[in-house]
Order: sequence, then C-alpha cells, then structure tokens
Amino acid sequence: MAHISITVNGKRHEADVEPRTLLVDFLREHLGLTGTHVGCDTSQCGACTVHLDGRSVKACTVFAVQADGRSVTTIEGMSADGALHPLQEGFREEHGLQCGFCTPGMIMAAADLLQHNPDPSEAEIRHALEGNYCRCTGYHNIVRAVQYAARKMREQATVEA
Amino acid sequence: MITCKTSREIGGMGHPIKRKEDIRFIQGKGRYVDDIKLPGMLHMDIVRSPYAYARIKHIDASEALKIPGVVAVVTGKDLEKYNLHWMPTLMSDTQMVLPTDTVMYQAQEVAAVIATDRYTARDAKEAVRVEYEPMKPVVDPYKALEPDAPVLRTDKEGKTDNHIWHWEVGDREKTEAVFRSADVVVKEHMHIPRIHVVSIETCGCVADYDKVNNHLTMYMTTQAPHAIRTVIALVAGHLGLTEEKIRVISPDIGGGFGGKVPVYPGYVIAIAVSFLTGKPVKWIEDRSENLQADSFARDYHITAEMAATREGKILATRFKVLADHGYTDAAANPSKFPTGLFSIGTGSYDYDTAFMEADAVYTNKPPGGVAYRCSFRVTEAVHAIERLTDSMARALGMDPAEFRMKNFIKKEDFPWKSPTGWTYDSGDYHAGLKKAMEVIGYDDLRREQAEKRKKGELMGIGISTFTEIVGAGPSRDFDILGIKMFDSCEIRVHPTGKAIARFGTKSQGQGHETTYAQIIAEELGIPAEHIQVEEGDTDTAPYGLGTYASRSTPTAGAAAAVAARKLRDKARKIAAYLLEVSEEDLEWEPGKFYVKGAPEKAKTIQDIVFAAYTNHPPGMEAGFEATHYYDPPNLTFPSGAYICVVDIDKETFEIKIRRFVAIDDCGNIINPMVVQGQVHGGLTQGLAPAMYEELIYDEDGNILNGTLMDYLVPTAVESPRWETGHTITPSPHHPIGAKGVGESPTVGAPPAIANAIVDALSVYGITHLDIPITPYKIYEALKAKGVIED
Ligand code: FES
Ligand code: FES
Repeated sequence: MAHISITVNGKRHEADVEPRTLLVDFLREHLGLTGTHVGCDTSQCGACTVHLDGRSVKACTVFAVQADGRSVTTIEGMSADGALHPLQEGFREEHGLQCGFCTPGMIMAAADLLQHNPDPSEAEIRHALEGNYCRCTGYHNIVRAVQYAARKMREQATVEA
Repeated sequence: MITCKTSREIGGMGHPIKRKEDIRFIQGKGRYVDDIKLPGMLHMDIVRSPYAYARIKHIDASEALKIPGVVAVVTGKDLEKYNLHWMPTLMSDTQMVLPTDTVMYQAQEVAAVIATDRYTARDAKEAVRVEYEPMKPVVDPYKALEPDAPVLRTDKEGKTDNHIWHWEVGDREKTEAVFRSADVVVKEHMHIPRIHVVSIETCGCVADYDKVNNHLTMYMTTQAPHAIRTVIALVAGHLGLTEEKIRVISPDIGGGFGGKVPVYPGYVIAIAVSFLTGKPVKWIEDRSENLQADSFARDYHITAEMAATREGKILATRFKVLADHGYTDAAANPSKFPTGLFSIGTGSYDYDTAFMEADAVYTNKPPGGVAYRCSFRVTEAVHAIERLTDSMARALGMDPAEFRMKNFIKKEDFPWKSPTGWTYDSGDYHAGLKKAMEVIGYDDLRREQAEKRKKGELMGIGISTFTEIVGAGPSRDFDILGIKMFDSCEIRVHPTGKAIARFGTKSQGQGHETTYAQIIAEELGIPAEHIQVEEGDTDTAPYGLGTYASRSTPTAGAAAAVAARKLRDKARKIAAYLLEVSEEDLEWEPGKFYVKGAPEKAKTIQDIVFAAYTNHPPGMEAGFEATHYYDPPNLTFPSGAYICVVDIDKETFEIKIRRFVAIDDCGNIINPMVVQGQVHGGLTQGLAPAMYEELIYDEDGNILNGTLMDYLVPTAVESPRWETGHTITPSPHHPIGAKGVGESPTVGAPPAIANAIVDALSVYGITHLDIPITPYKIYEALKAKGVIED
C-alpha cells in the first residue's frame, strides 16, 4: 500500500492505495466521483479525461500514486460553484451530447484546448479532440459546442479586462 | 418547413427545445451501470478462450482460489447442475452460458471468477489454468458449407452440416424469365463486413439477488428491460425466480445501437452467482472483451443482380445471400423472418419482379448478429440495391441521378406494394433527390468532375436514395417469444397540472425525456418542461418491447399521443361540466377548452386537471391518468437522398470527403435539433464501415483487430462536417405522422460514400469495391487492373 495525498476539485484527500491503482479507479471507486468514465482498456477513447495540474490526461493511463501531491480536476469540479462552465453550457446549447458517456471527457479535453488556444479554428478543435471518441454525435455539434464556449469565454475575458 | 401548433412555452412538436437529460450528463451526474455500488457487492471477471475451436480438457482453479479475496470460480460444469449452462436465443437456437466441454470461438467465456474487488478478480482470472485441445476451426462461411467441412454443432442431435436456415421471398420463375430476356443485366458480388457497434459504454450489470425475499433486482445495460425480465423468468423460472420476483432496471445507457439488445452470457452468470452467494455481483466487461465477444453486426455475402431495358427502366432484381452467424444464430431479430427486413432491398424503385434468397451458416466466430442502428438487415439490403443501381446506370451510360429519377416510385402511387410484399406507406422520392441535388449543386459538380478527369484527377460523386423500414412492428410480422411488438405509455397528471409519463422503451442517448414530453405537450397543452419522462424500470413502467429498430417514435411515441388523446377526451367532459355547456360547444386549442363563439369562457388544462381531483362531474372516475398500448397497423417507411463528393489523391489514394449532403424524410418532426443530431451520429456510423471498420479474422479464427488500437473508430478528425436537411411526407397511419429517423443515416451513408469512390475510380473500369474502402484496397484494385505496377 502506498500513502497518497491528492487535491481533487479543490479538496485534499489522503488515502492508502495499492501502487497499481489507476487514477480513474481512485476517483471513481475511492472518492465516488463517477462522472469520469471508462470506455476502453487501451487509452484510446478519452472518456476518462481529467486535468492533472491543469493539463488534460487520460486517468486510465496514470497511476494514483503519480498524482500524489498534485491537483486533479474532474467534471464534477467544473461547475463546483454552482454555475455551469461555458463548455457545459455549450454542449447543451449546441446539442453536443446524446448518451452523455463521452461528454465529461470531451469537456475536460476541450477545456485544456481553450486554456491554451482561446480562439481555435474548426480544424484545431477536431485535432485537439482526436483522443476522445464519441459514437453518438458524429462530432459535428461537439465542434459547435466548443466554438460556443470559446466565444463565451472570450467575451467574459473582455468584460473582466 | 416545420410548423408548430403549440407556443414555444408549451414546447410541443416541432420546437427545438434543449434536452432535459443533458443537465445531469454535462455535470457528470449521469447514473450508468458501472456507477452503481451496493453494500457487500462482489466483482466478476471472465476467463476467455484463446482458441477459436478447442476441447476443454481441464480447468484448474486452485491457484486462483488461494488469492485472498477470491470467493469462487464458476465453470460450465457448475452451471450444468442447475441446468443453466445453455440458454435459448431469440432465433430458437441455443447458446452456451459457460461451456462444459468445447469452446466455439476465440474470446468465448470459459469460466467466471468472483472476488471482493475488481483488481483481485482480474488477478484470479490470470491464475485460472485451462488446458485446451485445439481443433481446426471453420472460419470461411463458404467452406463451412463444403461437404467435408467438420460439423460444428455436434450438440445438436442429428446435425450433419453447418447450414442453419434457408429463406426466400418473391417469384423465382418470373424473375428468371425477366433476367433471361432483359436487354441489360448487371451483377456484383459484395461483402458487407462484420463490424461492431462500439458504444462508448461497454456492457455490464449488477445482479442483486435477495435470498430472504426471493427477489432479483437486475441493473443492466439493456435496451429492452421488460423483454429481459420475461427472458430471465423463462430461463430461471425452474429455480423459483418467477416474473413478479424480478425487477430489471436499465439505468442511463452509454449508447446502445442494437448491441445492448442481446442477453450475453455474462449477465446470466452474474445472476447465477448472485443467486448462489446471496450477494450483489457486478460484471463490467472491458472494451476488448466487448469487441471480441459481444454480438457483431452485418457479415452478409451478397450476390446482387439487376435487369433493365436499354432505355433505363428497371425490370427486376435478384439477391443471393450467405449469412455468417458465428457458432449460433443469436440474432437479435424480432421479426418473423430470419433475414429480418432484408426484403426491403428492392429499393425506392418502381418494378414488380424480384427474388431473394439467403442461407445462414455456422462458423467458429462470435455469435450474433445485432441490428446495428438498423431494423435488421436493412443496411445490407440498401447497400446492395444502391450499389447495384449505380452499376446499372453506368452500364447504361446514364447519369445515376437521372436513372434514379426515371425509376422512382411516384408520390401518387403510395401506398405502394413492393414485389417482396411490403406496403410502403408514403414517400416523395423525387422531391428528396431534387432537393439534395440543388443543395450540393449537382450539375456544377459534374462539370467540375469532367474538367478534373481531363487533368487525370480523381473526383467522385455518389448518390444513395434509400427507403428505410422501421417501427417494429405490426404483430403479424413481429414478436419476441410470441409477445407482440406493441409499445406503451402511461401518463399520470398530478392535481397541480404537472405530469409523469412512463414508457416501455429505453433511451440510450436519443433524448426520450425531451421528445416524449413534447408529444404529450402537443396533445395536452401541458408544457413539456412540466412532464417528467421515466423509462427503464420494469416495476414502474408499463410493459414494452424496448428501443431499437427506430421503433420508439413509431410505437411508444404513438402510444403517448393516443394516451394523451384519451385524457383530452376526459378533459373535454370535465370542461363541459365546469363551463355548463355541452361537449360539442367546446373548441380545443393547445392548453385549453373554450366555448365556441365565446373564447373568454375557457378552462385551461391545469384548471381541468385540478377539477379531476376536486370537482369532477358526478359519475365520473376521479383522477387524470391514461395508459395506451400501441400495436402499429403497418411499419413506417422513412427515406433519404444522400449525395457525397470525394477527392482521391492520385499517389497515396487517400480519400477525402469534400461534401456530404443528407436530405432525410422522417415524416413529421418532433424536435428538429434532436433529429439533426441523430442524423449526424448515424452518418458517422455509416462513414465508419464505408471507410474504416471491419472485424478481421485469420484462418485460425484469431481476431486480428480486437482492441481499439487496431479497430478504427472514426474520430473528429476523420469525420467530415455534415450538411443536413429534410423533406416532410407524414406517415398516413401514424397518430402524429412521424416515421423514426435514428437509423436512416447509418443505412444510407455507406452506399453514398462507396458510390462516390467507385465513381472516381470508374475511369479505370472499376465497378465495385467492398467496404471498408481503404487506400490500400484502391491500390490493390488498380494493381489488379494493371493501372499501376508493384
Ligand atoms: S478509458 Fe481512458 S482512454 Fe479509454
Ligand atoms: S454522446 Fe454518446 S458517446 Fe458521445
């Protein structure tokens, strides 16, 4: 057993875990944060995408011990203060989800993109989401959802500035 | 144009209202089966066969059982004691739950391990030692029919070959006569490859058997919870688990597409283990197991022929099919025909002669198949007829659009009787294709293509004008275990005018919580946001056959409309009583009844519902509830006109979809936003087999691409930007004139893409390529034509 201390969505958690415990299992099984999903066993689908120190990672490809002392944000942390994140809003407004299984991972991957590229082109959005599979939407409205959020976040940034 | 009869506030049919279910999904608050955690829950994992065909000599679980936390290892021999080692399939065949002596495909379940946590279960799975005696498998379906092929199903008494069934429809002699004397005949051999639905959530369950109360709660990824309850009662009834003691709950489902209709062995084993241990048992398959063992789709080998006059009039078609079902016919097929609705393959064209036949065989591959986003075998049929139509146009030297226009069934000829016995309810095929051609600029594209050809560039334009057949279905053609394929809706309106509606179907992403509420809002005038929709719990929902085959709107949607109309009739009586007029003096507008000529004298639906509980007419039953079970009089026949433009690189043969226009006709539209989303998703699932996906087996029956590393699911990068639109031809027999849309794009897209690619390559004399069409396949075909050298 290894002792770890991870900050998840702003809250610190201490736990003893088997060294082989995947971060995704730690989040889902130990912390009950089931918004992060598992869609594959080969790191392809991106359903498990979370942020580790602000960058998106596939939580099925990281051990919990590797997150020791670091900070993790999951989908549950995106609307922690009660207000929806512009991406969450965008996915609903633009019908960017159907079954919802890929959605948390999509939102986390897109959030990483928008942090580094506030005004991405359609091609840039598609490339940034290449590691996230969706079987329902055909991606068309996911692209629009990300564009919606990008617009909204730029507007908010201008207002604040 | 979509016209709405209700206000935006009521949000009835035609309004693009935002989906209710999204609120929980975007915040990570969906509740999928793997999110369910019960006290004392055990975890199950499954040992699978590395061989496609082998005798099991010995299973040694001793090492596994030594691992702390391992509770049990279950084999077929254990299940045999309870007569649970085999189960029936929907096709009157039999499937192993766990084998007692022989495995029939690679990745077949061999034993189950149960442990206190998932990681330990996985350790135990690795520790189970199985000794096999491999045998030579039968992989090629044609070879399976050869006289010296080993007989695979030795469990079936008297079985002397691998043939499963023969099916035919149409007039063989007449068809042969037409073909003998026709001016022009074309023929293509095609394989519609074995593919997989790859819903992003895999399959799984939590079986929770309560020994004290002899009651089973089964949380599972199923598209048809009621049918599953009945199946469990039939399989386990002899153990005292009768239907009233079974509750099936289908929580949020992460995509189904037909793959969550079958009963997989894992579910049955989990129930058995929970029954024996008295503890909840969770089983969640991983992606590779899902790809390798769960039901496949398609895998039809088709020889398709068309006969026509020199002037371009279609006279007849003939199809011969070989269906590879794997080791058992476990088709999730609710129709009375073993080929499902393949007989829709005469297409959108007006001719009266056809003959189709099919034979199915056993091979050492996973059993199936499922109706992957299709009303079972419609995708295969549409691919065959639409590819063939292009080949015929080419043989005649006609433009494929002109050839189609010349042969379409005319709008005024509906209802139209097809040569294979269907009655198409309605359609306007000319309007659809005309619109698609206008949107894409067809004539200009053809001119551009001619220019490009002069320069040696490869550009192709492909059309598909398909007729779908959905909404299973009328009880004369459909049943599951003899149960007619109605679907149901129960509406309860509470005293304050807010409602709950329950259905026998189950959304897997289609947005039923929103669209069903819109249907009821349309009929009753209660705002959609005040109607809570619930599905997926057999204890509360009325009996229904589930969601697949685009049947939800045609059946449960109709049930919702009819149940709401029953309530409106009651509302009229109450309003007449409250307003002290006769019922005939009342006029309805969404949300209220008013007195003819005196619109200020009115009662809103909310007033009326309140009166139903507080002040209803003497002699009338109190309350405001209705239920309806809708057995459709006919299927519905959505249609579409799709046009695809591709550019192919002359050096690398990389295929680029430049444009794709999809004009769908699904009758009246409930929520245009949801319909468009369904079309986008379906088109991408049509693109997938057209260019990327195929489950490939080697001659020893090993799957060569059984993980997502090798099985190419299109991402946002491969998927083009889709252009969609619609024409509206309401279904004349459906209460709200809707037809169902979820499957049209999956069915219609592959031939449009294949036709575009073949069109580009037709300059080299290529008339057909099997899907998925990859750059490598093009390279091989051009090499075979001598166009390029090694
Ligand atoms: S579950 Fe992590 S990439 Fe699929
Ligand atoms: S919405 Fe279902 S997988 Fe993306």
